[in-house]
Amino acid sequence: MTEPVSLEVELSQTSKQEDLRDQFQHIENLTETIIQPPQSLLTLNLGDVWRYRDLFSLLVWRDIATRYRQSIVGVGWAVIKPVLSMLIFTFIFGTVAGIKSDGSPYALFSFTALLPWMYFSNSLSAATNSIVGSGNMLQKVYFPRLILPLVGVVTGLMELLIQLVVLIGLMAWYQFVPGWQIVLAPLFIVMATLTALAVGLWLTALNVKYRDIGQAVPFLTQAWMWLSPIVYTSAAVPEKYRLIYGLNPMVGVIEGFRWSFLGTTTPDWRMMGVSFSVVIVLLITGLLFFRKTEDTFADII
Amino acid sequence: MPTALKIENISKRYQLGLTHSRSIRELVNGLGSRLIGRKQQATTQGEFWALKDVSFKVNQGEVIGIIGKNGAGKSTLLKILSQITKPTSGKAVLKGRVASLLEVGTGFHPELTGRENVYLNGTILGMTKKEVARRFDEIIAFSGIEKFIDTPVKRYSSGMTVRLGFAVAAHLDPEILIVDEVLAVGDVEFQKRCLSKMQDVANSGRTVLFVSHNLASIRNLTSRCVVLRKGQLVFDGDTSPAITQYIQINRTEFVSTGDVRTLERAFKGLSQSVRFTKLVMLEEAQTLKPDEDIRFQMTLRAEENVGCFLIGLSIFRDDDFPVGGTFSVELPALQQGDSIDYTFKLPQPPLAPGKYYCGISVVEANTSDKNMFDSLTGVLPFEVTQAGFGQRFWNPGWGVIRFNPLLQIPETESQDKVNVN
Repeated sequence: MTEPVSLEVELSQTSKQEDLRDQFQHIENLTETIIQPPQSLLTLNLGDVWRYRDLFSLLVWRDIATRYRQSIVGVGWAVIKPVLSMLIFTFIFGTVAGIKSDGSPYALFSFTALLPWMYFSNSLSAATNSIVGSGNMLQKVYFPRLILPLVGVVTGLMELLIQLVVLIGLMAWYQFVPGWQIVLAPLFIVMATLTALAVGLWLTALNVKYRDIGQAVPFLTQAWMWLSPIVYTSAAVPEKYRLIYGLNPMVGVIEGFRWSFLGTTTPDWRMMGVSFSVVIVLLITGLLFFRKTEDTFADII
Repeated sequence: MPTALKIENISKRYQLGLTHSRSIRELVNGLGSRLIGRKQQATTQGEFWALKDVSFKVNQGEVIGIIGKNGAGKSTLLKILSQITKPTSGKAVLKGRVASLLEVGTGFHPELTGRENVYLNGTILGMTKKEVARRFDEIIAFSGIEKFIDTPVKRYSSGMTVRLGFAVAAHLDPEILIVDEVLAVGDVEFQKRCLSKMQDVANSGRTVLFVSHNLASIRNLTSRCVVLRKGQLVFDGDTSPAITQYIQINRTEFVSTGDVRTLERAFKGLSQSVRFTKLVMLEEAQTLKPDEDIRFQMTLRAEENVGCFLIGLSIFRDDDFPVGGTFSVELPALQQGDSIDYTFKLPQPPLAPGKYYCGISVVEANTSDKNMFDSLTGVLPFEVTQAGFGQRFWNPGWGVIRFNPLLQIPETESQDKVNVN
């Protein structure tokens, strides 16, 4: 468009000057933004994330609100997927293969593992795709990039909440009364969130540069599922491999979650300790790695 | 006057070849060849300085324009000031809240309603939910789409989406506003509103950085401009001389020897089956009297056998306003390797005095979609002088075309016509 646009601006000179004087006094107290080359000193800048908390909550809300638009079953999908998997698992592993659960009905046994697992794998793939998937936004506006993977792992909590209601219904059906350890369940949900975030931070940052990550994640989660105690108990893993097995952080999450609901067998605490340490290490290094690479996201995406 | 924005020796280097993402295979190959001692294939073809040592200051309340050709570094500078990317070296200090508008409607979700998107877009641009809520009514009124505010954005026309996006941005209320070429979208009426809104922002003592190719709006809105060329600041001063400088640069980039083999093409993806190798104006001074023919000579080289073709010529005023265009007659087919000279004239173009330049292309003659072989723009600059123009001094406000003189129809003839009716 090269149409010349003429402007007519009328101003009362005095009021403008007054305005300006106000502005000048105002500017002395303004915050300064300093733009510099990336510093080698690592700072996490979490304060910035807090300042943008409204954006965070709106993005979470957007993802939840748009997930089921133009869908007939809608939120029902959150229930159908784990229930169907549970039925198939119960038939194949519980009935056909005869894998032992820990004393609880196999349906309950697999369902309590499927919930944290499905939440984890969905959140992981959401977090991994969060940066590349918002490429356009990254190149047009500044906000703390950490918000995107955070949104990815938090959005799934809504589905998990609905599924927990189904779980409670299922327990009532089996007339299964949970013990005191049920109060620890939120802790293990938080652990699942942190695990998805920790791994997601690494993968999403790597995915910006190496798109192969996006291809590999579905396969990775598939393999990871069989390496987690979902269709079997971790007690079935030979004693000498337990600690190595525990290096899989989802082992701690799933065993803990199942124990808090069903309380049948107390988990191997040393193995749980290994799992949780791995999450903490992955999370801290993930945050640092993400912070170090985020300055280049807009350039190479 | 207090300084709102200070830029000191900002440079930005891009590593060519690393700007796009690499695959793991490439990485493994690279590592492998390094291990066996072979020299790694040059993945870094070199580096490219998008900005080099740019420094300037902007006072509070100033509206400053940033002009330069494509690739001059304007967008990179805006991205650095908007904190989207980091500089390679240098420093910038901004005082106060910065809002940058490099695009309207960033983050709009098609499934969400206009209302929901206003909140989303507002927070993406750095507002809090409360701030959006406070200004919500104003935003909707400004956008002029009250009726559709609860309709999903995917049902909006593109114009409505832009209106809504700009309405949100217009109510950001920052101390420093950074605006990229976002006004190129939308109709004239809306552009006018956007510009006057920006003028309002400026008049309230806020600082505005404005990038545009539209020299008319730059002239209207800014009092000072910086001119960038190949990443460097070449001019910093009043808008009028800045625009003159900008036009000057565009002209000198066209090599006077007429060798256009390596000149940047007007479009990407041209086949160049036939390409321009030389292009010169026969009037060496590049000034024409009114009604003088435009004469130029060019050499075309055929890289493969091609059928009949045409030469297309369009003329632009120096502020990029398109004046008009024409085609040559059909020219005979060429064999691969031919290098042929042509001389053309455009007889007596009725151009008003002023400065112009041309765009020129080779177009396939026989296809309906006018397949373009090669195309250059910003070439053959010339000036039409006032001298020799007998009637009056030409006022630019009269336009770009001088029509033939008005002729009086003899009294008897017009009488006849009336009688017939």
